[in-house]
Amino acid sequence: MYAQLSGLRFTALTFLAVLFVGGAAWPVVPELVEDGQIIPESLKPEERRSGTTFLSEALRAQQEDEGTNPGMLWVTTGEELWTTPAGSENKSCVNCHGDAEASMKGVAARYPTIDKTTGELLNLELRINQCRRERQGAEPFPYESNEMLGLTAFIAYQSRGMPISVSIDGPAARHFEYGRKLFTTRQGQLNLACTQCHDENWGRKLRGDTISQGHPTGFPIYRLEWQSLGSLHRRLRACSLGVRAEVLDYGSPEYLALELYLAWRARGMPIETPAIRR
Amino acid sequence: MPGRVLAAVVLALGLSAAWAAAEDYAPLLPESRFVGDEIPEPLTDTPGDPERGRQIVLNREVGNCLICHKVPEPEERFQGELGPDLSGVGSRLTAGQLRLRIVDQNRLNPRTVMPPYYRVDRLSLVAKQYRGKPVLTAQQVEDVVAYLQTLRE
Repeated sequence: MYAQLSGLRFTALTFLAVLFVGGAAWPVVPELVEDGQIIPESLKPEERRSGTTFLSEALRAQQEDEGTNPGMLWVTTGEELWTTPAGSENKSCVNCHGDAEASMKGVAARYPTIDKTTGELLNLELRINQCRRERQGAEPFPYESNEMLGLTAFIAYQSRGMPISVSIDGPAARHFEYGRKLFTTRQGQLNLACTQCHDENWGRKLRGDTISQGHPTGFPIYRLEWQSLGSLHRRLRACSLGVRAEVLDYGSPEYLALELYLAWRARGMPIETPAIRR
Repeated sequence: MPGRVLAAVVLALGLSAAWAAAEDYAPLLPESRFVGDEIPEPLTDTPGDPERGRQIVLNREVGNCLICHKVPEPEERFQGELGPDLSGVGSRLTAGQLRLRIVDQNRLNPRTVMPPYYRVDRLSLVAKQYRGKPVLTAQQVEDVVAYLQTLRE
């Protein structure tokens, strides 16, 4: 009897492990119970507008001026980290990548991207932590730490003004389709899809706030509501919370896929990091 | 040994069924309550209270209706502009029509941005603490209906 039970337990655990690993390797798209849950995206490419165009003139000027843009504080932090040795290898970014102004120019405009060795989709944050683990022998930076915000801001800053251009072909295609599905799926207790606000109702007011089109041109952004710099995933979590949907983890496959879809949706729009947003 | 295999298979099937179905919730109201574009009968025995309804409409945590709608409340600044202006809505719609629109406007307009305030089925990715719970209780729906009926032209 005991043998049977333990055997059963083993089987059940194995089964759960398979489910878990399967789920981790490829997230299960939430089962959509009816077609009405999908609302096709509708923003025309020629209608696209950066969040900057919704700012007051004063805030726009502040964003442009490196002396007063509060995000530049983090860019400076990142610049220092770029040359600070870390980890068991006692190496800094500059040891491999050299001068960031040359080597990082245009890099952020291509992210998220598929890692050639692992085949996984990586955003800048995950790439930085991959470098820290594998090249520097250092602990990863947590999402939203000043270090991570600083380095991502510094790296993206090297692409300021360059057009966003991500690849959605080959191994990126399934992430892209998943991201598009998440963007167009009604979700949460309030049953709203991203596209309903950001494609269909941008420019209109929710209370006093104008709805933007949701383009990821300026991340990490200095958001007035946060009084701090924050990542795209932090912003996505705020949207999930707003519609009373599951707030997913930083770096989750869902938000990564959405990040890829959003970058494609903003293709050709210039990088504005560090942008100011309300 | 065969018993053990069978038990494992049964367990595995049971687990996968639970996994796949993601168990949708049962509808809160039977289909018979919906008549045309109305829910003619109140959801509760206690009549709606207009003043409580007004509080629900104005409260940002409960109804938060002003995120999208305007109401004739001059002290309320920054009212929304996504939904119709609710001034005079009590003259334009019956109680039953108001009730259905609050319960599940999705039935009338598949593309609506208005959340279903009294529905728990056919939703995706709902945060754990809200699963199986409607945005408003049946009594709160009745209170809001009573308030909206006071908004006359």
